[in-house]
Formats: sequence, structure tokens, C-alpha cells
Amino acid sequence: MAPVVVARDLVKRYEDLTAVDRISFDINQGEIFGFLGPNGAGKSTAIRMIQCVSPVTSGKLEVLGMDVRERPREIKARLGVAPQDNNLDPDFNVIQNLTSYARYFGIPKAQAARRAEELLEFMQLSEKRDVMIENLSGGMKRRLIVARALINDPDLIILDEPTTGLDPQARHLIWERVRQLKREGRTIILTTHYMDEAEQLCDRLVIMERGKFLVEGEPKRLIADVVGDCVMEVIETDGDEAERYLRSLGQQVERSADRLYVYSKDCRTINQEFRRLHPEIYSVIRPATLEDVFLRLTGRRLKE
Amino acid sequence: MIMGIDRGAVAVWRRNADVFFKTWRTNFLPSVFEPLLYLVAMGLGFGGLVAGLTYAGQPIEYIRFLAPGLISISAMYGGFFECTYGSFVRMHYQKTFDAIVATPVSLEDVIVGEIMWGASKSFINSTIVLTVITLMGWFLFPAIQFTSLTILLVPPLTFMAGLMFASIAMIFTALVPNIDSFNYPFFLLITPMFLFGGTFFPISQLGAAEPLAYILPLTHTSLLIRDMSLGLLGPIDGLAMIYVIIMTIAATYLAVRMMKKRLTK
Repeated sequence: MAPVVVARDLVKRYEDLTAVDRISFDINQGEIFGFLGPNGAGKSTAIRMIQCVSPVTSGKLEVLGMDVRERPREIKARLGVAPQDNNLDPDFNVIQNLTSYARYFGIPKAQAARRAEELLEFMQLSEKRDVMIENLSGGMKRRLIVARALINDPDLIILDEPTTGLDPQARHLIWERVRQLKREGRTIILTTHYMDEAEQLCDRLVIMERGKFLVEGEPKRLIADVVGDCVMEVIETDGDEAERYLRSLGQQVERSADRLYVYSKDCRTINQEFRRLHPEIYSVIRPATLEDVFLRLTGRRLKE
Repeated sequence: MIMGIDRGAVAVWRRNADVFFKTWRTNFLPSVFEPLLYLVAMGLGFGGLVAGLTYAGQPIEYIRFLAPGLISISAMYGGFFECTYGSFVRMHYQKTFDAIVATPVSLEDVIVGEIMWGASKSFINSTIVLTVITLMGWFLFPAIQFTSLTILLVPPLTFMAGLMFASIAMIFTALVPNIDSFNYPFFLLITPMFLFGGTFFPISQLGAAEPLAYILPLTHTSLLIRDMSLGLLGPIDGLAMIYVIIMTIAATYLAVRMMKKRLTK
């Protein structure tokens, strides 16, 4: 089956900035594909090009087998987008937000009404059916945005930071629904700042920085390749004795304030030896996560 | 550019109409009371001082001259307000345009739909004003009385004029950095038109400056609406019509181009 999104040497250039710098990727039918990266890395720009709302500077970009430059209307008809910013219509209540949105897709009224009720049920918003947008909590607004993205029964769903600012219950509901949508055979593009979210949901992901891909692959694979299976953390509040010792072993050590991270395939043995030599310094072994991959690749300094 | 517009524009128009009619009671009130106040203050109070007024070579009572002017003003304000403040709020604060262009509806559709809605506001406001004036003509000011033909033909004219004012407004909406900046077009364009656009006195009173008044869109609007209302249509109204059509097309084209520039990133 042909990929749902095909990008080759895709570039987006603004006057003084190259936001997306010759990236190439395929997104396959039925997978959840993640775009990760610090703010300003180019994730949103890439997504806006896929969405046909940001013109491509150069390169090839096909969505659902169609060129974004030639057939934006047809592509958008089969796309469901849950944007990062809340742009629900404050002049309407919950159900009207869905039915009025259906009209932009040319969905017949009766069908739109039925679909809207189903989606409220799906996102557990039926009780809020007649509430105005300003009276919804942040989590409810996010759920309604996801519901709205599904009004046209899309083949490709774009979720731009769907869980930012949500409490754990609301996040888990959204995760559950995302998995359900995947089971229905839909393709999903996801951006997020939460590495646990990406690790849980994404079949494949890319980490971007300065418009380029740093890595691409399956989360488990990336963790194994970039970090290994475990990480040793050391808390060294005074001096740099521990740091010097660990570096003298030829290990990859990173420091962030009073915390040291040792990335090594042998971190268990290293830790045993370290505990024997420095019983007074706290150290621990934990499984490697996608967050380690992310921070190793993009650095621990603030990006902005 | 025109190729990019289809039923999407109608969906945008429907969105705005739905919101308007949800709260129609509060929306209608000002349109009803403003012309009442103006008619009484200007027509009765001020008009009593005016003697010997002539229009199109004929003597005319002041209140009869004024009434079509008030309809023209309401057509101007309806479209211009809607597509400046109204559109800007939807574009900038509510991000409604962003939400819509994520669907098969294009940005061109959104702009054209907004302009059509602005014109509808002109039509609605002006028709209310026309109704109020007609009723007052029957019961209080016999001098005003319009014929039933004019009562039928004036509303479509106000829709046309509305398209013009709405599209001009949309140019400013594409330009302004923030909502306060709308003070400039209102102060520099709308207020001069309100006063000098053939509304409260015939532009012939302007003497040597009279040709300048023909630059103003409202002058052509008030000319058309007055001559239609009073049954005085002549060749000059044909020219006014051409002015309105050309201005509408040019302003719509410009507004779409500038909006695309502003919103496409």
C-alpha cells in the first residue's frame, strides 16, 4: 500500500530562516507517526505544509497520493486536524461547534447532526452538549478539538500537542482514543513535548532540530541505539570527584546542575564499582527512556 | 483567484448569519432606534430651519432629502463595521479563520464569505431603517413617503453598496496591526463620508469642492439610494452604479490578495 505522506527534500524557507531544511520521510497507512523536537525545531511548520495551509518552498510533498500544491481542497477534505491553539468557535456551544464545522466539509445536515452526537459520546462530552465554549475546562476544550477533527471521518489525523496542559486522567482518555482511532485503521501524525506520550503511542517518530531530522525510527529501537538499555544517575552536590572518576573510565557522562548521567551498556557494573568506591554519593540505575534520547540529542540547555 | 471560491464562501456566510440570528433581538435594536433619533433631531428639529432647498432642480422638503441619506449611512456602517471590527475579532482573537482553512474551505472563500456577510449586515440594517422611515412617513411625516416600487428596490441597492463597503473594510482588516488602528479609517474615511457624502446636505453646497465628493464611495451610494427612493433616476445614477461595481471588484481583489499575504505563513 502506498504511503499516506511522502516527503522528499522538503524545504520551507522564510525571509531570514529555514524552518524545514530538506527533510525526507514516508508515513505509512495505519501508523502513528510522531514529530518531536524543541520549540522552533520545525515540527509545526512541517505539519502545516502537510495540512496544505503553509506553501512548500521546494521539494516534493504528497498527502494521500496527491500533491499538496495541486489538490489542497481534496486533501483537506480527508484530513482531520486538531491544532495546538484552541480555535474552537466561542460564538457557538459544544454541539454547534461540531455541526457548523461539518458544514465547511459540505456534510449534509442530518448526517452531521448524527456524527456530532456520536463524537461527543466518543470523547465523553455528551453532558456538555449545550455548554458555551468559554465554560469548558481546558481538558474539555482539547477533547472537543479532537472530536471536531473527526467530524469528516478523516483518513489522516493530525494531532498537534493534543495533551499539553491536561491532567493525567484527561491525557489517558486522549491516549485511549488515539489508540482506538489507530485500530480503526486511520493514520495519525502526532507532535508532543511529552516523551512518555511519544514512547507509548508512536510506532515511529522523528526528532527534529533546526529544521532537520536528528534521528528517525521506532521508539524502542531509538532508545537502544542512542542510549542503551539503562542509565546511571548520580547526584553530586559538591565538587567533581564523581564526574572525574566516571570520565576516567572512558564513559559518556553528562552533567546537568548537580546531576550526572552515565550512558553505557555496562552501567550496572560501573554502578557496582562506583558504590564500592563512593558509598557516600547517591547513585541509581534506571531503564533508559525516550527522554534520554531526546536530551542526549538536543542537549539539556534551554532552547529559547 | 475567482476559481478558488465556491460553496465554502456560503458556509462562511452561514456561520456568521447563525451567530447573528442567535442574538437578533439585541442586534436589531440600534438599527431601529438610530434612524428614529436622527429623523426627529435632524429632520424635524434642524429641518424646520431649512427653507428653499432644491435637489435635482426641484424644491424638496429637508426631511424628504434626509431620509434616503440615513438609509445610505446605515448601509455604509453595516458593512464597514462588520468587516473591520467583526472580521478582525474572528480572524485575530477567535482564530476562526485558522479553524476554517483547515477544512476544504479556502482563504479566498473565507474573505468572500465575510464580505458577503458584511453586505448582508448592510442590507439588514438598511432595510430596518427603510421600514422605520416608511412607517414614520405614513404616520408622522407625510413629506417622506416613498412609492412601493422604491421600497422594493432600495434593499437590493443597499446590498450592493454593502458589498463595496465590506470589501473596502476588509482591506483595512488585512492591514491593521491591532484593533485600535481601526480608528484611522473611521476618522479619516468614514466620518468624512458620513458628513460630506451627500447625506445631510446636497453636495452642490460644497461649491468648488463638489468634485472631491465624487471620490467618496458614499456619495455614489447616497445618490443611487436617494434617486431610487424619490423616483429621480437619471444618467448620473448609471455612472454611480458603474463606480460601485468597479470599486467593489477592485477592493475585493485587493482584500483577498492582502489577506493571503497576511495570513499565509
